[in-house]
Amino acid sequence: MPANPYNGETDYGIGIGLRVPHYRHILEKKPVVDWFEIISENFMVDAGRPLAVLDQILEQYRVVQHGVAMYFGSAEPLNREHLKKLKRLVKRTKTPWLSDHLCWGSVDGRYTHDLLPMPYTFEAAENTAKKIREARDYLEVPICVENVSSYAEYHVSEMSEWEFLTEVVERADCGILLDVNNIYVSSQNHNFDPYDYLNAIPAHRVGQIHIAGHSKFEKYILDTHDHPVLDPVWQLYAHAIRQVGHTATLLEWDDRIPSFDEVNHEAHKADRFLAQAVAA
Amino acid sequence: MKRTKPIDSSPKPLPLDLAALQRVMASAVMRPLNAVDRTRSTPLSAAVFIKPNDRLSSLERLEIYNRQYWFRILDCLYDDYPGLRAVLGGSRFQRLAKAYLERYPSHSFTLRNLGQHLVQFIQEEPKWTKPHQRLALDMARVEWAQIVAFDGEAKPPLNFKQLAGREPAQIFLRLQPYISLLELAYPVDEVVIRILRDDDKMRSEASNAVELQSRVSRRSIAQKIPRRKVRLLIHRIENEVYFKRLEPAQFQLLQALQSGSSLAEACAGLTKTSPEALGGWFANWSALRWFWMPKR
Repeated sequence: MPANPYNGETDYGIGIGLRVPHYRHILEKKPVVDWFEIISENFMVDAGRPLAVLDQILEQYRVVQHGVAMYFGSAEPLNREHLKKLKRLVKRTKTPWLSDHLCWGSVDGRYTHDLLPMPYTFEAAENTAKKIREARDYLEVPICVENVSSYAEYHVSEMSEWEFLTEVVERADCGILLDVNNIYVSSQNHNFDPYDYLNAIPAHRVGQIHIAGHSKFEKYILDTHDHPVLDPVWQLYAHAIRQVGHTATLLEWDDRIPSFDEVNHEAHKADRFLAQAVAA
Repeated sequence: MKRTKPIDSSPKPLPLDLAALQRVMASAVMRPLNAVDRTRSTPLSAAVFIKPNDRLSSLERLEIYNRQYWFRILDCLYDDYPGLRAVLGGSRFQRLAKAYLERYPSHSFTLRNLGQHLVQFIQEEPKWTKPHQRLALDMARVEWAQIVAFDGEAKPPLNFKQLAGREPAQIFLRLQPYISLLELAYPVDEVVIRILRDDDKMRSEASNAVELQSRVSRRSIAQKIPRRKVRLLIHRIENEVYFKRLEPAQFQLLQALQSGSSLAEACAGLTKTSPEALGGWFANWSALRWFWMPKR
């Protein structure tokens, strides 16, 4: 959706993930970029170069925070220390919304540093939604949750992934960061139609979209973020944009990162789909 | 994608609640891989909580996560400890890292802290670094200190107005939290500088440490480093990490201040240091913003 409560009523366009290999280029060349997405945890430090670079970026660009370790889906309570550091960063960046994943990754204080798939149960939906509400109330910023790519499914699941996503965001009254590449990857790994997924979710809650590349192996697909966006994902993206309208879109490229110009060029392939949404 | 019949047949699924399922899954994901990077047999069969599909068994689906977990955290230590890798060689470093991560899995939301107990582990388990335990220990201490210096907390630096009207016995200075003061048995700073310079991660003019005359071979590094005591302070200036070697008296003074002595107490032991030299040290260190003063 162009502007909605879940993205802070903003109307952002195409963004780029802020990554270390591009720091020098960005700070020296000051390329035109609508907004940068940062990985929150990389800047939840006390001082030093990460924050110095971030402050320079903030002088010239709009920044949106994206987290990887909140673990809304973990059975254990939210990590208060994490939340405190995150809030300090939110105040620094003035992010209009922030996102993290609909997943879990820690147990009894031990971190896997992975985005592990949820069991799609009502118990998990309620627990996750409760934690999203708590985080939003504490952080005082809208939250969007991102669907993750997955390689395993649990016997205990009681619904489909898209039903679970809907259940969580409705209970939490939060937004969706719709990762169309993740939908594609999971659809291939779990044999479902990705268009069923897109058609079923509450489109009005989509505050942001992610696109990315993936890698095909013999028996499964991995979400590697080390390639350009593949054609089936662009097709899904086009469908998503028709569903949700002109929406802030971010290209993720996290491994084997090419030049800034190449990443920027790849991201702006989304322009034609966004233009169609505006025209429509 | 190739579709084949799943390998394992499914035993009866267990009705696990959220917490129980996550404990079982996390335990399996964090379980050490076997010699060929495959999942070892788990106490609970993967088939009782993970569904197979038409291409992968439950165990094979679990293995994707098991491998990702280990590859990710081992990669992180690999990147953070290039010097320790050089001391031990790739294979021994890998064995040390696996043993360390089994004993000290991450309890932090950030991978930045993954190596925070490595020094302690090397002290507890000398077998992984034998016969180069002290060298490995020194290297691990220096490499962790670099991480701390990179993004550690900075307190408001000492303002000389804070000292006005105070006697030396009432002045308690502390080193910035991002600073590490290390007494090393080996000059590992030289090796780290060489490695970082090779990796283009540090400006060559950043340090006063002496370089090794010849290029250090990363395979045979342990034999090439002579045992020589070095007192080192690791700090940062304008977000760049620097090494500063200290004279014994300088080290003694800074260590005393760091451990809570007053300025008068810390200086009392320096019988061979002239007041002029002492004044010069403090002027230099204060300019580098090394000190802060806690409220008492």
